[in-house]
Amino acid sequence: MHHFGSYEDRVKSFDWKISEKELEYQPGNVINIGWYCTDRICEMGKANKTALLWEGQGVPDRKYTYNDIRLASNTIGAYLRSLGIGAGDRVCLFMDKIPELYLGFLGVVKIGAIAQPLFSAFGDESLFIRLDDARTKAIITQRKHALKVRKILAQMPYLEHVIIVDHDGKKELKEREKPFSLDNATPVEHLEIHPTTAESPSVLHYTSGTTGKPKGVQHVHYSLISQYLTAKWVLDLRDDDIYWCTADPGWVTGTSYGIIAPFALGVTQCVQDVGFSAENWYRFIEKNKVTVWYSAPTAIRSLMKAGDEIVKKFTLTSLRHLASVGEPLNAEAVHWSNRVFGLPFHDTYWQTETGSIMITNFPGMKVKAGSMGRAFPGIESCVLDLKTYEPITEPGRIGLIAFKPGWPAMMRTYWNNPETYKNKFKNGWYLPGDRSSIDKEGYFWFAGRDDDIINTAGHLVSPFEVESALLEHQAVAESAVVAKPDEVNMEVVKAFVTLKRGFDAGPDLELDIMNFIRKRLSPLAMPQEIEYVASLPKTRSGKIMRRLLRAKEWGEEIGDTSTLEND
Amino acid sequence: MDDMKQIVLTYVKNEYLEDEEEELTYDTPLISGGIVDSFSMVSLKRFLENKYKISIPDDKATPEAFDSVNKIVTLVQSFLK
Repeated sequence: MHHFGSYEDRVKSFDWKISEKELEYQPGNVINIGWYCTDRICEMGKANKTALLWEGQGVPDRKYTYNDIRLASNTIGAYLRSLGIGAGDRVCLFMDKIPELYLGFLGVVKIGAIAQPLFSAFGDESLFIRLDDARTKAIITQRKHALKVRKILAQMPYLEHVIIVDHDGKKELKEREKPFSLDNATPVEHLEIHPTTAESPSVLHYTSGTTGKPKGVQHVHYSLISQYLTAKWVLDLRDDDIYWCTADPGWVTGTSYGIIAPFALGVTQCVQDVGFSAENWYRFIEKNKVTVWYSAPTAIRSLMKAGDEIVKKFTLTSLRHLASVGEPLNAEAVHWSNRVFGLPFHDTYWQTETGSIMITNFPGMKVKAGSMGRAFPGIESCVLDLKTYEPITEPGRIGLIAFKPGWPAMMRTYWNNPETYKNKFKNGWYLPGDRSSIDKEGYFWFAGRDDDIINTAGHLVSPFEVESALLEHQAVAESAVVAKPDEVNMEVVKAFVTLKRGFDAGPDLELDIMNFIRKRLSPLAMPQEIEYVASLPKTRSGKIMRRLLRAKEWGEEIGDTSTLEND
Repeated sequence: MDDMKQIVLTYVKNEYLEDEEEELTYDTPLISGGIVDSFSMVSLKRFLENKYKISIPDDKATPEAFDSVNKIVTLVQSFLK
């Protein structure tokens, strides 16, 4: 029997108080995510229960009980406090998926500071833009990533501390760098938890926009209420589960459902910090007897590509529930998982700004393959007409996905950017920027983005950010960046560039530009293809018409070109 | 062949290894070891194609075929014959 039960019954009787009650939270009380994820679970008698099973590359596995993660997060929190870091300060977590990333996150939020997790593959430029916007006070990182911080440190006088968790003493530390080792630190038994309340900021996640710099999505401690209940009902997490969320906490799935929700539910979760291969993944599931697996369409399609035979080499019968997030899950992937695992992947739809799952195929109910599913109880949703922004009542007609604000994990603002935040609403609805239709049974069917943002392997890449970085390459005169269809990643980055005089278009230059972007921004943002063009299509006012280039890539109609110059 | 091994190893070391002290051998797992991710693999493929004037079809450019310098060299050699 699944936690969720009947959809209709849940919708009828829904109230977020269900979650508040289970978490023993009363409005107005202190609510601190770090405490809920560690101390509370220990107080519930589960101090010796395994919280985290960790596997890395070429190093021994690690295992942490709930008491271990309580002590480790206390220790990190106390250390940060000793450096003068306190409530409201931004602390960036810039690490691979090592235990310190998970424990550090909890330590940061315990002292009321704001956790700013960033994807460790980000290059120095991507890192700088995000730290500069947040005026980050401290960054917790690893030796290898500290090299990127050093490159930009001089531009960041506000960044007071660069904390290195794996300093081995072989090389001298540079300006503002401090070593911190959990293995060597004295465990802190009692840490005064900062008395955060519902609206206290907790997490700052950066996400891409079509124009301008990445936006800092600010969440609050009350988000726990949504994250807890959605994980319980949608991921169907139970006390005896071994849960694996494959997402990196540099992205929202990795924090909401890779740290906060599973720990707040007192579940055992496992983390693998090695590169992707089908064999690695199946071996990991077999070894840890994973029961609930939350992954992403790109990974699922990569597993499909690796074939069915490899699945037979492993015993994967422990699996009982599968879910997916990041981009639309194609019907073939659902059919495939049904065939090879005897279980369908359940698509879930949400985004950085929503903070928790909004639309999903629920456990125990028939999965409509290719559909995103139905709205979570308590979430008022619809699709709006593209022009009038009025709700569409006709089944099957495509419109803009819209949610009535008010669920607990909804972002509270964009950091330093209230204007952009305001623009996310129309007629009182929050618009996540995606198009969909709704069938007569209330299931959403994804139809595409409503903007130029590129969704590659479930991560959003801003064409503007890539275009700006391209212009910093010595050979590039102008650039336009669009999504190109891709069988595995759904979309990948493609760049159109014009060159400055004296540079020859050719494969070596193409590789040089690709590597330039990969190191400056990230591998995700690296154009997988660069097309040299004599000129870019522009409006008469000089704005590059990405729409035309995108349409060409996707074999679509180019639409109205009346504003195109020289057409 | 040894020359090619050294060229590929040096390229991977310079382009993808973040920790300069990390040891890299001809057999170090690159993809499954997390040194080169699937996105970066595209640039590594492009390097090999440019350097050795070959074209590696997408169905041959698998994570398994790119998982070590030795495997990459075997793959490149198969296109040079």
